[in-house]
Amino acid sequence: MSTTTPPGTRTSWTTRTRERAVDALPPEKLLPDGQPTYVASWIYVFGVASIAALIVIISSGMVLALKGPAWWHYTGIGHFFNSIHLWSVELFFFVMVVHLWGKYWMAAWRGGRARVWITGAITFIVAVPCALTGYVSQQNFDAQWISTQAKDGLNSMGIGAFFNVTNFGQMYSYHVLLLPLAVMGLVAAHVLLVRRHGVVPPFELKTGSAGSAPAAVPPTAEATPNAGGGRS
Amino acid sequence: MSFLRGRDDTKPWTGAYAPYDLIKELCVAIGVIALLAVLLTVLFSSPDDKPSTIAQWSRQMPVDFVTTATAELDGKSGTAEYGPPYNHNGSGQHIAFIELQKWLGVSHPIDTANDYVINPLHSVPGNPALQSAIATYQAAPAKTQAAWTEAYSAALEKATVGPGGAVRVPPGAYGPVPVMMNGLLALAQSGGLDGALLTSSQFFQTDYTNPLLFMADGGVLEKRAEAQHLLGDQWGMMNETGSYPGQVWLWLYTFWYQIEPFKESENADALVMALMGLLSLAFICVPFIPGVRDLPRGIPIYKLIWKEHYREQGA
Repeated sequence: MSTTTPPGTRTSWTTRTRERAVDALPPEKLLPDGQPTYVASWIYVFGVASIAALIVIISSGMVLALKGPAWWHYTGIGHFFNSIHLWSVELFFFVMVVHLWGKYWMAAWRGGRARVWITGAITFIVAVPCALTGYVSQQNFDAQWISTQAKDGLNSMGIGAFFNVTNFGQMYSYHVLLLPLAVMGLVAAHVLLVRRHGVVPPFELKTGSAGSAPAAVPPTAEATPNAGGGRS
Repeated sequence: MSFLRGRDDTKPWTGAYAPYDLIKELCVAIGVIALLAVLLTVLFSSPDDKPSTIAQWSRQMPVDFVTTATAELDGKSGTAEYGPPYNHNGSGQHIAFIELQKWLGVSHPIDTANDYVINPLHSVPGNPALQSAIATYQAAPAKTQAAWTEAYSAALEKATVGPGGAVRVPPGAYGPVPVMMNGLLALAQSGGLDGALLTSSQFFQTDYTNPLLFMADGGVLEKRAEAQHLLGDQWGMMNETGSYPGQVWLWLYTFWYQIEPFKESENADALVMALMGLLSLAFICVPFIPGVRDLPRGIPIYKLIWKEHYREQGA
Protein backbone atom coordinates (compact mmCIF):
# COMPACT_ATOMS: atom_id res chain seq x y z
CA MET A 1 0.00 0.00 0.00
CA SER A 2 2.70 2.44 0.96
CA THR A 3 4.27 2.34 -2.49
CA THR A 4 1.05 3.62 -4.07
CA THR A 5 0.53 6.43 -1.59
CA PRO A 6 0.75 9.84 -3.32
CA PRO A 7 3.53 12.13 -2.13
CA GLY A 8 2.40 14.53 0.54
CA THR A 9 0.15 12.05 2.32
CA ARG A 10 2.99 10.39 4.23
CA THR A 11 2.36 12.64 7.21
CA SER A 12 -1.38 12.05 7.19
CA TRP A 13 -2.48 10.25 10.36
CA THR A 14 -5.34 8.72 8.41
CA THR A 15 -3.05 7.36 5.70
CA ARG A 16 -0.60 5.96 8.17
CA THR A 17 -3.34 4.37 10.24
CA ARG A 18 -4.87 2.78 7.14
CA GLU A 19 -1.51 1.53 5.92
CA ARG A 20 -0.63 0.02 9.25
CA ALA A 21 -4.05 -1.61 9.57
CA VAL A 22 -3.92 -3.09 6.08
CA ASP A 23 -0.33 -4.22 6.56
CA ALA A 24 -1.28 -5.96 9.79
CA LEU A 25 -4.51 -7.41 8.51
CA PRO A 26 -4.93 -7.45 4.73
CA PRO A 27 -8.52 -8.28 3.67
CA GLU A 28 -7.70 -11.86 2.76
CA LYS A 29 -6.32 -12.36 6.25
CA LEU A 30 -9.15 -10.55 7.97
CA LEU A 31 -11.86 -12.54 6.20
CA PRO A 32 -10.16 -15.72 4.99
CA ASP A 33 -11.95 -18.20 2.76
CA GLY A 34 -9.54 -21.01 3.47
CA GLN A 35 -8.08 -22.58 6.55
CA PRO A 36 -5.17 -24.92 7.27
CA THR A 37 -6.18 -28.54 6.91
CA TYR A 38 -5.32 -29.28 10.54
CA VAL A 39 -8.31 -27.20 11.59
CA ALA A 40 -10.50 -30.28 11.57
CA SER A 41 -11.92 -30.91 15.01
CA TRP A 42 -15.14 -30.11 16.86
CA ILE A 43 -13.11 -28.23 19.44
CA TYR A 44 -12.71 -25.37 16.95
CA VAL A 45 -16.45 -24.80 16.96
CA PHE A 46 -16.41 -23.48 20.53
CA GLY A 47 -14.58 -20.28 19.64
CA VAL A 48 -17.17 -19.14 17.15
CA ALA A 49 -19.90 -20.49 19.45
CA SER A 50 -18.61 -18.13 22.18
CA ILE A 51 -18.96 -15.18 19.82
CA ALA A 52 -22.40 -16.37 18.74
CA ALA A 53 -23.53 -16.65 22.38
CA LEU A 54 -22.20 -13.15 23.05
CA ILE A 55 -24.24 -11.84 20.12
CA VAL A 56 -27.39 -13.52 21.48
CA ILE A 57 -26.67 -12.09 24.95
CA ILE A 58 -26.26 -8.58 23.59
CA SER A 59 -29.32 -8.86 21.34
CA SER A 60 -31.59 -10.09 24.14
CA GLY A 61 -30.06 -7.56 26.51
CA MET A 62 -30.83 -4.76 24.06
CA VAL A 63 -34.47 -5.81 23.97
CA LEU A 64 -34.55 -5.75 27.78
CA ALA A 65 -32.79 -2.37 27.83
CA LEU A 66 -35.32 -0.91 25.38
CA LYS A 67 -38.15 -1.53 27.83
CA GLY A 68 -36.31 -0.80 31.06
CA PRO A 69 -35.16 -2.90 34.01
CA ALA A 70 -38.63 -3.60 35.49
CA TRP A 71 -40.38 -4.71 32.28
CA TRP A 72 -39.50 -8.38 32.50
CA HIS A 73 -41.06 -8.71 35.95
CA TYR A 74 -44.64 -7.96 34.88
CA THR A 75 -44.94 -9.08 31.25
CA GLY A 76 -44.74 -12.54 29.74
CA ILE A 77 -42.79 -11.33 26.72
CA GLY A 78 -40.37 -9.51 29.01
CA HIS A 79 -39.83 -12.65 31.06
CA PHE A 80 -39.30 -14.59 27.82
CA PHE A 81 -36.50 -12.27 26.73
CA ASN A 82 -35.02 -12.30 30.23
CA SER A 83 -34.94 -16.09 30.06
CA ILE A 84 -33.19 -15.99 26.69
CA HIS A 85 -30.71 -13.52 28.18
CA LEU A 86 -30.06 -15.84 31.14
CA TRP A 87 -29.66 -19.02 29.10
CA SER A 88 -27.46 -17.38 26.50
CA VAL A 89 -25.19 -16.27 29.36
CA GLU A 90 -25.06 -19.84 30.67
CA LEU A 91 -24.27 -21.08 27.14
CA PHE A 92 -21.66 -18.34 26.69
CA PHE A 93 -19.73 -19.39 29.77
CA PHE A 94 -20.08 -23.07 28.94
CA VAL A 95 -18.74 -22.78 25.38
CA MET A 96 -16.10 -20.27 26.45
CA VAL A 97 -14.76 -22.63 29.12
CA VAL A 98 -14.62 -25.53 26.64
CA HIS A 99 -12.90 -23.19 24.16
CA LEU A 100 -10.34 -22.14 26.77
CA TRP A 101 -9.58 -25.73 27.79
CA GLY A 102 -9.26 -26.70 24.14
CA LYS A 103 -6.83 -23.87 23.53
CA TYR A 104 -4.88 -24.80 26.63
CA TRP A 105 -4.34 -28.37 25.47
CA MET A 106 -3.30 -27.06 22.06
CA ALA A 107 -0.87 -24.69 23.80
CA ALA A 108 -2.40 -22.08 21.53
CA TRP A 109 0.02 -19.38 22.70
CA ARG A 110 2.85 -20.95 20.69
CA GLY A 111 4.41 -19.26 17.70
CA GLY A 112 4.12 -15.71 19.00
CA ARG A 113 0.45 -16.06 19.96
CA ALA A 114 0.75 -15.17 23.67
CA ARG A 115 -1.40 -12.06 23.18
CA VAL A 116 -4.17 -14.22 21.75
CA TRP A 117 -4.23 -16.27 24.95
CA ILE A 118 -3.95 -13.19 27.16
CA THR A 119 -6.88 -11.37 25.54
CA GLY A 120 -8.96 -14.54 25.74
CA ALA A 121 -8.15 -15.06 29.42
CA ILE A 122 -8.89 -11.42 30.27
CA THR A 123 -12.18 -11.67 28.39
CA PHE A 124 -13.21 -14.55 30.63
CA ILE A 125 -12.19 -12.65 33.76
CA VAL A 126 -14.05 -9.47 32.70
CA ALA A 127 -17.12 -11.50 31.74
CA VAL A 128 -17.46 -12.65 35.36
CA PRO A 129 -18.26 -9.18 36.83
CA CYS A 130 -20.30 -8.47 33.70
CA ALA A 131 -22.55 -11.37 34.69
CA LEU A 132 -22.41 -10.51 38.40
CA THR A 133 -23.67 -6.97 37.75
CA GLY A 134 -26.53 -8.53 35.83
CA TYR A 135 -27.43 -10.79 38.73
CA VAL A 136 -27.47 -7.86 41.18
CA SER A 137 -29.52 -5.72 38.76
CA GLN A 138 -32.41 -8.18 38.60
CA GLN A 139 -34.51 -6.34 41.20
CA ASN A 140 -35.68 -9.58 42.80
CA PHE A 141 -34.68 -11.70 45.80
CA ASP A 142 -31.69 -13.11 43.94
CA ALA A 143 -30.37 -9.58 43.49
CA GLN A 144 -30.93 -8.75 47.16
CA TRP A 145 -29.13 -11.84 48.38
CA ILE A 146 -26.27 -11.87 45.90
CA SER A 147 -25.53 -8.16 46.37
CA THR A 148 -25.50 -8.37 50.17
CA GLN A 149 -23.18 -11.39 50.00
CA ALA A 150 -20.89 -10.13 47.23
CA LYS A 151 -20.30 -6.83 48.98
CA ASP A 152 -18.13 -8.46 51.65
CA GLY A 153 -15.60 -9.89 49.20
CA LEU A 154 -15.37 -6.61 47.31
CA ASN A 155 -15.24 -4.48 50.47
CA SER A 156 -12.48 -6.65 51.92
CA MET A 157 -10.16 -5.56 49.10
CA GLY A 158 -11.29 -1.93 49.12
CA ILE A 159 -13.14 -2.37 45.82
CA GLY A 160 -16.45 -1.62 47.53
CA ALA A 161 -15.31 1.95 48.05
CA PHE A 162 -15.93 2.68 44.37
CA PHE A 163 -17.90 -0.35 43.12
CA ASN A 164 -21.00 -0.71 45.28
CA VAL A 165 -23.01 -3.84 44.45
CA THR A 166 -25.94 -2.64 46.57
CA ASN A 167 -26.27 0.49 44.42
CA PHE A 168 -28.67 -0.61 41.70
CA GLY A 169 -28.08 2.47 39.53
CA GLN A 170 -24.33 1.97 39.47
CA MET A 171 -24.58 -1.78 38.83
CA TYR A 172 -27.10 -1.33 36.03
CA SER A 173 -24.76 1.16 34.31
CA TYR A 174 -21.89 -1.27 34.59
CA HIS A 175 -24.02 -4.13 33.33
CA VAL A 176 -25.61 -2.55 30.28
CA LEU A 177 -22.73 -0.34 29.14
CA LEU A 178 -19.30 -0.36 30.72
CA LEU A 179 -18.58 -4.08 31.14
CA PRO A 180 -20.25 -5.20 27.87
CA LEU A 181 -18.12 -2.60 26.08
CA ALA A 182 -15.04 -4.03 27.74
CA VAL A 183 -16.00 -7.60 26.81
CA MET A 184 -16.78 -6.65 23.21
CA GLY A 185 -13.55 -4.71 22.91
CA LEU A 186 -11.54 -7.62 24.25
CA VAL A 187 -13.31 -10.10 21.99
CA ALA A 188 -12.65 -7.85 19.00
CA ALA A 189 -8.96 -7.62 19.91
CA HIS A 190 -8.83 -11.39 20.46
CA VAL A 191 -10.41 -12.18 17.09
CA LEU A 192 -8.20 -9.69 15.23
CA LEU A 193 -5.13 -11.26 16.84
CA VAL A 194 -6.33 -14.70 15.76
CA ARG A 195 -6.76 -13.39 12.23
CA ARG A 196 -3.31 -11.83 12.29
CA HIS A 197 -1.45 -14.86 13.61
CA GLY A 198 -3.67 -17.64 12.32
CA VAL A 199 -4.69 -20.78 14.18
CA VAL A 200 -1.84 -22.40 16.06
CA PRO A 201 -0.36 -25.36 14.13
CA PRO A 202 -0.19 -28.82 15.72
CA PHE A 203 2.79 -29.90 17.78
CA GLU A 204 5.51 -31.47 15.74
CA LEU A 205 5.79 -35.15 16.57
CA LYS A 206 9.27 -36.40 17.31
CA THR A 207 8.92 -39.32 14.93
CA GLY A 208 7.13 -37.67 12.07
CA SER A 209 6.82 -34.62 9.96
CA ALA A 210 3.66 -33.23 11.45
CA GLY A 211 3.14 -29.68 12.65
CA SER A 212 4.53 -26.87 10.62
CA ALA A 213 6.72 -29.02 8.49
CA PRO A 214 6.21 -28.81 4.76
CA ALA A 215 2.85 -30.26 3.92
CA ALA A 216 2.33 -33.61 2.31
CA VAL A 217 -0.20 -31.91 0.08
CA PRO A 218 1.04 -28.54 -1.13
CA PRO A 219 -1.38 -25.64 -1.14
CA THR A 220 -3.45 -25.43 -4.28
CA ALA A 221 -4.58 -22.31 -6.00
CA GLU A 222 -8.15 -23.47 -5.62
CA ALA A 223 -7.95 -23.93 -1.87
CA THR A 224 -5.74 -21.11 -0.75
CA PRO A 225 -6.24 -17.90 -2.66
CA ASN A 226 -7.26 -15.90 0.40
CA ALA A 227 -6.27 -18.03 3.31
CA GLY A 228 -4.32 -16.66 6.19
CA GLY A 229 -6.40 -16.54 9.29
CA GLY A 230 -8.48 -19.23 10.75
CA ARG A 231 -11.12 -19.98 13.27
CA SER A 232 -10.80 -18.63 16.75
CA MET B 1 14.05 -13.15 29.97
CA SER B 2 14.27 -16.10 27.58
CA PHE B 3 12.85 -18.40 30.25
CA LEU B 4 9.57 -16.55 29.83
CA ARG B 5 9.32 -17.70 26.23
CA GLY B 6 10.24 -21.32 26.86
CA ARG B 7 10.80 -23.89 24.14
CA ASP B 8 8.81 -22.92 21.09
CA ASP B 9 9.60 -24.57 17.77
CA THR B 10 6.29 -23.59 16.21
CA LYS B 11 6.75 -22.42 12.66
CA PRO B 12 4.26 -20.77 10.34
CA TRP B 13 2.04 -23.25 8.53
CA THR B 14 3.19 -23.95 5.00
CA GLY B 15 0.92 -26.88 4.33
CA ALA B 16 -2.43 -27.30 2.64
CA TYR B 17 -5.56 -25.22 3.12
CA ALA B 18 -9.19 -26.20 2.89
CA PRO B 19 -12.09 -24.00 1.81
CA TYR B 20 -13.67 -22.20 4.72
CA ASP B 21 -16.70 -19.89 4.94
CA LEU B 22 -16.20 -17.78 8.05
CA ILE B 23 -19.36 -15.68 7.75
CA LYS B 24 -21.54 -18.72 7.08
CA GLU B 25 -20.06 -20.49 10.10
CA LEU B 26 -20.76 -17.49 12.32
CA CYS B 27 -24.35 -17.21 11.08
CA VAL B 28 -24.96 -20.93 11.65
CA ALA B 29 -23.44 -20.66 15.14
CA ILE B 30 -25.68 -17.71 16.01
CA GLY B 31 -28.69 -19.67 14.78
CA VAL B 32 -27.78 -22.75 16.80
CA ILE B 33 -27.04 -20.82 20.00
CA ALA B 34 -30.21 -18.74 19.65
CA LEU B 35 -32.21 -21.92 19.09
CA LEU B 36 -30.65 -23.55 22.14
CA ALA B 37 -31.39 -20.45 24.25
CA VAL B 38 -35.02 -20.45 23.10
CA LEU B 39 -35.31 -24.17 23.78
CA LEU B 40 -33.92 -23.76 27.30
CA THR B 41 -36.24 -20.79 27.81
CA VAL B 42 -39.29 -22.80 26.77
CA LEU B 43 -38.26 -25.73 28.94
CA PHE B 44 -37.03 -23.93 32.06
CA SER B 45 -37.94 -20.21 31.85
CA SER B 46 -35.99 -18.19 34.47
CA PRO B 47 -36.37 -17.57 38.20
CA ASP B 48 -37.89 -14.36 39.52
CA ASP B 49 -38.62 -14.62 43.23
CA LYS B 50 -40.13 -11.39 44.47
CA PRO B 51 -37.82 -9.26 46.62
CA SER B 52 -38.31 -9.02 50.35
CA THR B 53 -39.45 -5.68 51.72
CA ILE B 54 -39.01 -4.18 55.15
CA ALA B 55 -42.80 -4.06 55.42
CA GLN B 56 -43.06 -7.83 54.86
CA TRP B 57 -40.19 -8.49 57.22
CA SER B 58 -41.72 -6.42 60.04
CA ARG B 59 -45.11 -8.06 59.60
CA GLN B 60 -43.91 -11.64 59.31
CA MET B 61 -40.98 -11.50 61.75
CA PRO B 62 -41.71 -8.55 64.07
CA VAL B 63 -39.44 -9.76 66.88
CA ASP B 64 -36.52 -10.25 64.50
CA PHE B 65 -37.17 -6.81 63.04
CA VAL B 66 -37.22 -5.13 66.46
CA THR B 67 -34.13 -7.08 67.60
CA THR B 68 -32.28 -5.88 64.49
CA ALA B 69 -33.47 -2.30 64.89
CA THR B 70 -32.36 -2.29 68.55
CA ALA B 71 -28.91 -3.50 67.47
CA GLU B 72 -28.79 -0.69 64.90
CA LEU B 73 -29.71 1.81 67.63
CA ASP B 74 -27.02 0.70 70.08
CA GLY B 75 -24.36 0.17 67.41
CA LYS B 76 -24.09 -3.60 67.77
CA SER B 77 -25.38 -4.73 64.37
CA GLY B 78 -23.27 -6.12 61.56
CA THR B 79 -23.47 -2.85 59.63
CA ALA B 80 -22.87 -0.71 62.74
CA GLU B 81 -19.60 -2.54 63.45
CA TYR B 82 -18.64 -3.16 59.82
CA GLY B 83 -15.99 -0.51 59.28
CA PRO B 84 -15.11 0.80 55.80
CA PRO B 85 -16.72 1.60 53.43
CA TYR B 86 -19.70 2.29 55.73
CA ASN B 87 -18.18 3.68 58.94
CA HIS B 88 -15.07 3.77 61.12
CA ASN B 89 -16.41 1.39 63.78
CA GLY B 90 -14.27 -1.51 62.57
CA SER B 91 -10.96 -1.84 60.78
CA GLY B 92 -12.25 -4.29 58.19
CA GLN B 93 -10.40 -7.29 56.82
CA HIS B 94 -6.72 -7.44 56.09
CA ILE B 95 -3.95 -9.70 54.83
CA ALA B 96 -0.93 -9.33 57.12
CA PHE B 97 -0.09 -5.61 56.99
CA ILE B 98 -2.17 -4.97 53.86
CA GLU B 99 -5.40 -3.25 54.94
CA LEU B 100 -7.00 -2.24 51.65
CA GLN B 101 -10.47 -2.03 53.17
CA LYS B 102 -9.24 0.48 55.73
CA TRP B 103 -6.99 2.36 53.33
CA LEU B 104 -9.75 2.96 50.78
CA GLY B 105 -11.82 4.60 53.51
CA VAL B 106 -15.49 5.32 54.11
CA SER B 107 -17.22 6.07 50.82
CA HIS B 108 -20.84 5.28 51.79
CA PRO B 109 -21.20 6.60 55.36
CA ILE B 110 -23.91 4.90 57.41
CA ASP B 111 -24.73 5.90 60.99
CA THR B 112 -27.09 3.06 61.83
CA ALA B 113 -28.66 4.69 64.92
CA ASN B 114 -29.60 7.84 63.08
CA ASP B 115 -30.08 6.51 59.54
CA TYR B 116 -32.07 3.39 60.45
CA VAL B 117 -33.93 4.43 63.62
CA ILE B 118 -33.92 8.04 64.79
CA ASN B 119 -34.28 9.91 61.49
CA PRO B 120 -37.13 7.66 60.22
CA LEU B 121 -38.87 8.07 63.58
CA HIS B 122 -38.55 11.85 63.31
CA SER B 123 -40.53 11.63 60.08
CA VAL B 124 -43.57 10.10 61.84
CA PRO B 125 -46.19 12.86 62.17
CA GLY B 126 -48.77 13.34 64.91
CA ASN B 127 -47.21 11.19 67.61
CA PRO B 128 -46.03 13.38 70.52
CA ALA B 129 -45.35 10.37 72.77
CA LEU B 130 -42.96 8.96 70.18
CA GLN B 131 -41.18 12.28 69.65
CA SER B 132 -40.88 12.67 73.40
CA ALA B 133 -39.36 9.19 73.67
CA ILE B 134 -36.81 10.07 71.00
CA ALA B 135 -35.93 13.28 72.82
CA THR B 136 -35.53 11.39 76.09
CA TYR B 137 -33.28 8.82 74.45
CA GLN B 138 -31.12 11.44 72.74
CA ALA B 139 -30.79 13.48 75.93
CA ALA B 140 -29.63 10.49 77.98
CA PRO B 141 -25.90 9.81 78.54
CA ALA B 142 -24.38 7.14 76.28
CA LYS B 143 -24.01 4.81 79.25
CA THR B 144 -27.72 5.04 80.06
CA GLN B 145 -28.64 4.56 76.39
CA ALA B 146 -26.52 1.41 76.29
CA ALA B 147 -28.09 0.07 79.51
CA TRP B 148 -31.59 0.57 78.08
CA THR B 149 -30.84 -1.07 74.72
CA GLU B 150 -28.91 -3.96 76.27
CA ALA B 151 -31.74 -4.69 78.73
CA TYR B 152 -34.28 -4.42 75.94
CA SER B 153 -32.24 -6.68 73.62
CA ALA B 154 -32.08 -9.32 76.36
CA ALA B 155 -35.80 -9.01 77.00
CA LEU B 156 -36.56 -9.49 73.29
CA GLU B 157 -35.53 -13.12 73.67
CA LYS B 158 -38.77 -13.57 75.65
CA ALA B 159 -40.82 -11.25 73.47
CA THR B 160 -44.33 -11.99 72.31
CA VAL B 161 -46.33 -10.44 69.52
CA GLY B 162 -49.49 -8.72 70.62
CA PRO B 163 -52.60 -7.63 68.72
CA GLY B 164 -51.80 -5.41 65.77
CA GLY B 165 -48.33 -6.89 65.46
CA ALA B 166 -46.76 -4.91 68.34
CA VAL B 167 -43.87 -6.55 70.19
CA ARG B 168 -44.26 -7.03 73.96
CA VAL B 169 -41.48 -7.74 76.41
CA PRO B 170 -41.52 -8.45 80.17
CA PRO B 171 -41.42 -5.26 82.30
CA GLY B 172 -37.95 -3.83 82.79
CA ALA B 173 -35.74 -0.74 82.79
CA TYR B 174 -35.74 -0.03 79.07
CA GLY B 175 -36.34 3.74 79.22
CA PRO B 176 -37.96 5.06 76.03
CA VAL B 177 -36.63 2.23 73.86
CA PRO B 178 -39.86 0.13 73.70
CA VAL B 179 -41.87 3.17 72.57
CA MET B 180 -39.28 3.97 69.92
CA MET B 181 -39.04 0.38 68.70
CA ASN B 182 -42.79 -0.13 68.49
CA GLY B 183 -43.02 3.22 66.71
CA LEU B 184 -40.42 2.03 64.19
CA LEU B 185 -42.20 -1.31 63.89
CA ALA B 186 -45.50 0.44 63.12
CA LEU B 187 -43.76 2.64 60.55
CA ALA B 188 -42.17 -0.43 58.96
CA GLN B 189 -45.41 -2.42 58.92
CA SER B 190 -47.15 0.47 57.17
CA GLY B 191 -44.47 0.40 54.45
CA GLY B 192 -43.17 3.80 55.46
CA LEU B 193 -39.69 2.63 56.44
CA ASP B 194 -39.01 1.16 52.99
CA GLY B 195 -39.41 4.65 51.58
CA ALA B 196 -37.76 6.44 54.50
CA LEU B 197 -34.51 4.49 54.05
CA LEU B 198 -34.33 5.45 50.38
CA THR B 199 -34.91 9.14 51.00
CA SER B 200 -31.99 11.35 50.13
CA SER B 201 -31.32 14.90 49.11
CA GLN B 202 -32.56 14.29 45.59
CA PHE B 203 -35.94 13.08 44.34
CA PHE B 204 -34.77 10.18 42.19
CA GLN B 205 -33.03 7.35 43.96
CA THR B 206 -31.28 4.22 42.72
CA ASP B 207 -29.04 3.39 45.67
CA TYR B 208 -30.49 0.61 47.86
CA THR B 209 -27.48 0.30 50.15
CA ASN B 210 -29.29 1.47 53.30
CA PRO B 211 -32.38 -0.78 53.16
CA LEU B 212 -30.37 -3.76 51.89
CA LEU B 213 -27.81 -3.58 54.68
CA PHE B 214 -30.56 -3.10 57.26
CA MET B 215 -32.38 -6.21 56.02
CA ALA B 216 -29.10 -8.14 55.80
CA ASP B 217 -28.48 -7.39 59.49
CA GLY B 218 -31.72 -9.20 60.32
CA GLY B 219 -32.87 -12.70 59.53
CA VAL B 220 -35.31 -12.05 56.70
CA LEU B 221 -32.93 -12.52 53.78
CA GLU B 222 -30.97 -15.29 55.45
CA LYS B 223 -34.09 -17.31 56.22
CA ARG B 224 -35.18 -17.23 52.58
CA ALA B 225 -31.64 -17.87 51.38
CA GLU B 226 -31.25 -20.95 53.55
CA ALA B 227 -34.46 -22.39 52.17
CA GLN B 228 -33.13 -21.74 48.66
CA HIS B 229 -29.67 -23.26 49.38
CA LEU B 230 -27.94 -19.91 48.97
CA LEU B 231 -25.93 -19.63 52.18
CA GLY B 232 -22.16 -19.42 52.09
CA ASP B 233 -21.70 -22.96 53.40
CA GLN B 234 -24.16 -24.13 50.75
CA TRP B 235 -21.93 -22.80 47.93
CA GLY B 236 -24.34 -19.88 47.85
CA MET B 237 -22.38 -17.42 45.71
CA MET B 238 -22.70 -19.62 42.64
CA ASN B 239 -26.32 -20.69 43.16
CA GLU B 240 -29.53 -18.89 42.48
CA THR B 241 -33.10 -19.40 43.57
CA GLY B 242 -34.77 -22.60 42.45
CA SER B 243 -32.75 -25.27 40.70
CA TYR B 244 -31.16 -23.00 38.13
CA PRO B 245 -27.45 -23.26 37.42
CA GLY B 246 -26.64 -19.73 38.61
CA GLN B 247 -23.11 -18.41 38.35
CA VAL B 248 -21.42 -21.80 38.08
CA TRP B 249 -18.29 -20.12 36.81
CA LEU B 250 -17.75 -18.89 40.38
CA TRP B 251 -17.25 -22.47 41.61
CA LEU B 252 -13.57 -22.00 42.38
CA TYR B 253 -14.21 -18.73 44.21
CA THR B 254 -16.94 -20.41 46.28
CA PHE B 255 -14.85 -23.53 46.83
CA TRP B 256 -12.28 -21.77 49.01
CA TYR B 257 -14.97 -20.76 51.52
CA GLN B 258 -15.75 -24.44 52.12
CA ILE B 259 -12.24 -25.37 53.33
CA GLU B 260 -9.72 -24.30 55.97
CA PRO B 261 -8.00 -21.97 56.57
CA PHE B 262 -10.53 -19.77 54.78
CA LYS B 263 -13.66 -21.31 56.29
CA GLU B 264 -13.10 -20.05 59.84
CA SER B 265 -10.87 -17.07 59.14
CA GLU B 266 -12.02 -13.58 60.13
CA ASN B 267 -10.32 -12.39 56.96
CA ALA B 268 -11.80 -15.08 54.72
CA ASP B 269 -13.14 -12.65 52.11
CA ALA B 270 -9.82 -10.84 51.77
CA LEU B 271 -7.86 -14.09 51.62
CA VAL B 272 -10.16 -15.64 49.01
CA MET B 273 -10.20 -12.49 46.90
CA ALA B 274 -6.41 -12.24 47.04
CA LEU B 275 -6.01 -15.90 46.14
CA MET B 276 -8.43 -15.57 43.23
CA GLY B 277 -6.57 -12.47 42.10
CA LEU B 278 -3.31 -14.41 42.05
CA LEU B 279 -4.91 -17.35 40.25
CA SER B 280 -6.46 -14.99 37.70
CA LEU B 281 -3.06 -13.44 37.09
CA ALA B 282 -1.58 -16.91 36.67
CA PHE B 283 -4.37 -17.79 34.24
CA ILE B 284 -3.50 -14.76 32.11
CA CYS B 285 0.20 -15.58 32.30
CA VAL B 286 -0.10 -19.29 31.40
CA PRO B 287 2.12 -18.88 28.30
CA PHE B 288 4.97 -17.71 30.54
CA ILE B 289 4.73 -20.10 33.49
CA PRO B 290 7.20 -22.99 33.22
CA GLY B 291 5.50 -26.31 33.81
CA VAL B 292 1.99 -25.04 33.24
CA ARG B 293 2.82 -23.98 29.69
CA ASP B 294 4.64 -27.26 29.03
CA LEU B 295 1.92 -29.59 30.24
CA PRO B 296 -0.05 -29.71 26.96
CA ARG B 297 3.04 -31.05 25.17
CA GLY B 298 3.46 -33.77 27.80
CA ILE B 299 -0.14 -34.93 27.93
CA PRO B 300 -1.16 -36.00 24.43
CA ILE B 301 -4.68 -34.62 24.38
CA TYR B 302 -3.50 -32.73 21.32
CA LYS B 303 -3.26 -36.02 19.49
CA LEU B 304 -7.01 -36.38 19.84
CA ILE B 305 -7.61 -32.82 18.69
CA TRP B 306 -5.38 -33.15 15.64
CA LYS B 307 -5.82 -36.86 15.01
CA GLU B 308 -6.92 -36.27 11.38
CA HIS B 309 -3.85 -34.17 10.78
CA TYR B 310 -1.44 -36.68 12.27
CA ARG B 311 -3.11 -39.52 10.38
CA GLU B 312 -2.68 -37.64 7.12
CA GLN B 313 0.91 -36.92 8.00
CA GLY B 314 1.47 -40.62 8.61
CA ALA B 315 2.65 -40.13 12.14
